Amino acid sequence: MLELRDITAGYERRRPVVSGVSLTVAPGESVGLLGPSGCGKSTLARVAALLHRPDAGTVTVDGVAAPGWRHRAPRALRTSFGVVFQQPRLSADPRLRLADLIAEPLRATGRRAQASAAVAELAPAVGLTADLLTRRPHEVSDGQLQRACLARALVLEPRWLICDEMTAMLDASTTAALVAVVEAYRARTGAGLLAVGHDRTLLERWCDRTVRWSDLAGTERVTAPGEGPAAA
Amino acid sequence: MTAPRTTAPPAPVLSVRELSVRFRMRGGHHVRAVSGASFDLAPGSCLALVGESGCGKSVLASALLGLLPGNAETSGAAHLTAADGAPAVELLTADEPLLARTVRGRRIGLVPQSPAAHLTPVRTIRAQLEETVRELGGGPAAPAAGAARGTSAARRPGRRAAREALRAAAERAADRAAFPLDHLDRYPHQLSGGLAQRAASALALVGDARLLLADEPTTGLDRDLVARTVDALRAHADDGRALLMITHDLAAAERIADHVAVMYAGRIVEHADAATFFGTPGPRHPYARGLLDALPGRAFAPIPGLPPELGALPDGCAFAARCPRADARCAVRPEPSDGVACHHPHPGPPPADAPEKSEEKGDRRARTA
Repeated sequence: MLELRDITAGYERRRPVVSGVSLTVAPGESVGLLGPSGCGKSTLARVAALLHRPDAGTVTVDGVAAPGWRHRAPRALRTSFGVVFQQPRLSADPRLRLADLIAEPLRATGRRAQASAAVAELAPAVGLTADLLTRRPHEVSDGQLQRACLARALVLEPRWLICDEMTAMLDASTTAALVAVVEAYRARTGAGLLAVGHDRTLLERWCDRTVRWSDLAGTERVTAPGEGPAAA
Repeated sequence: MTAPRTTAPPAPVLSVRELSVRFRMRGGHHVRAVSGASFDLAPGSCLALVGESGCGKSVLASALLGLLPGNAETSGAAHLTAADGAPAVELLTADEPLLARTVRGRRIGLVPQSPAAHLTPVRTIRAQLEETVRELGGGPAAPAAGAARGTSAARRPGRRAAREALRAAAERAADRAAFPLDHLDRYPHQLSGGLAQRAASALALVGDARLLLADEPTTGLDRDLVARTVDALRAHADDGRALLMITHDLAAAERIADHVAVMYAGRIVEHADAATFFGTPGPRHPYARGLLDALPGRAFAPIPGLPPELGALPDGCAFAARCPRADARCAVRPEPSDGVACHHPHPGPPPADAPEKSEEKGDRRARTA
């Protein structure tokens, strides 16, 4: 069970982007979180993945309340999350070859020995061929790089997957392919999923249930910075 | 190639013939980013150029704007006609001063992919609009302001009038793209994605160009904003402009396009009427069909495999390796005929799989003979 309770979070002290939001994902469940651009849903996803410390509220993972965020979170808790972000270019180290990119979490957790076997298993699963694995990010397309980023998120076999607009930059075919990879992984491991996005058709097709941002508690006070009346 | 709906089509705004772009790489090999693209674009119509990322769509746009890097080699022709009977400009061979002074901004308006990155972050929207109006000579302010610069006190009143005219022209330009006037004094970071997009559109419209080129105008926008953005673009096309929208967002293309061109591995593999493409007969090229079937509102099934490298394209059909209909004949590259470049195109209606290969083969032989 992944429980977010009364989360208030933001980047400036007096201007929370998320205030008083609660959300629960049951084990093995897939939840789609729908919201317009700039509503704060990505911030909530980062809080859930223990990547952003909220100003208030608690995150409970499988019955254990997170004692801290980022490097203050225990490694076992941190590595129970796999995260895929919207922009693969910004979330990939440009110096790493794709094979090293995928294996990086294993190296970081001292499991270097498993790297080559894990990459050999994951790369075909996400649709990456051997010649792509030797390239660096600037030598592959967005879709290919996002495939590598998804493999990286899966390499530690996380119990929870957080996909923040994973497919917003991608074409329809790559979108369907990546969603199929996530679902195959979940079918095998029973991992839970929080998928954040603005494409209702996609999330309703993908997830067991979808939650609208506007239906979450306390969000009526939330407005994106600079959101004009004409764009509301 | 085009299938205009009206009986007497007006002269196309843009006519592209056999446009190819290849990049010379180190070691003497070439990357063929665009190969043999041909299409016409009539005033008041919208062509959506769709395809996977990395298929050459944006290179095509850069070629039309003369913004390719130095190692690019182009061939073919792209004629941009003028409304008043002025001679057409051949965009591929035009020199940089001509493109900079008369084409970009004036005859082709560019609606950029990421407006937040396109706008100057340190200046207000009003300042950027006024600068564009002044540079493009869109208002009466331009000559007066230039003349007043040398002399000083005596011409103050004229200068003030010029400033006011410029201000009014900038506000008219903002209004045309439905940009709210009370947000004009804001900086780009103070705008939401939708408003930044409108500001960028306003800038693109200042020069009153007959051709609007929108390169992935909806990336990163949510559904409602996508709808609003593309509807606004469509409205500009309805005013008599031609709109070329480059996108991977099939829903956006379906919403506003009259024609659809599907690009795969640098080639336009299908060029069809939007209604038949998205409607009941459906796409005829297996790749286009696969792309539509991948939509979450449809089968949500990915096309197997990955697109080929543009630097190592196969001799035959580039899609054959991923195609359920491929056979030995696909080792020879299919030439476009009847708007589709495929040896085994899907028939028109019905969409259900009923391959009539023998008939298609006979048909194709007759055509190629």
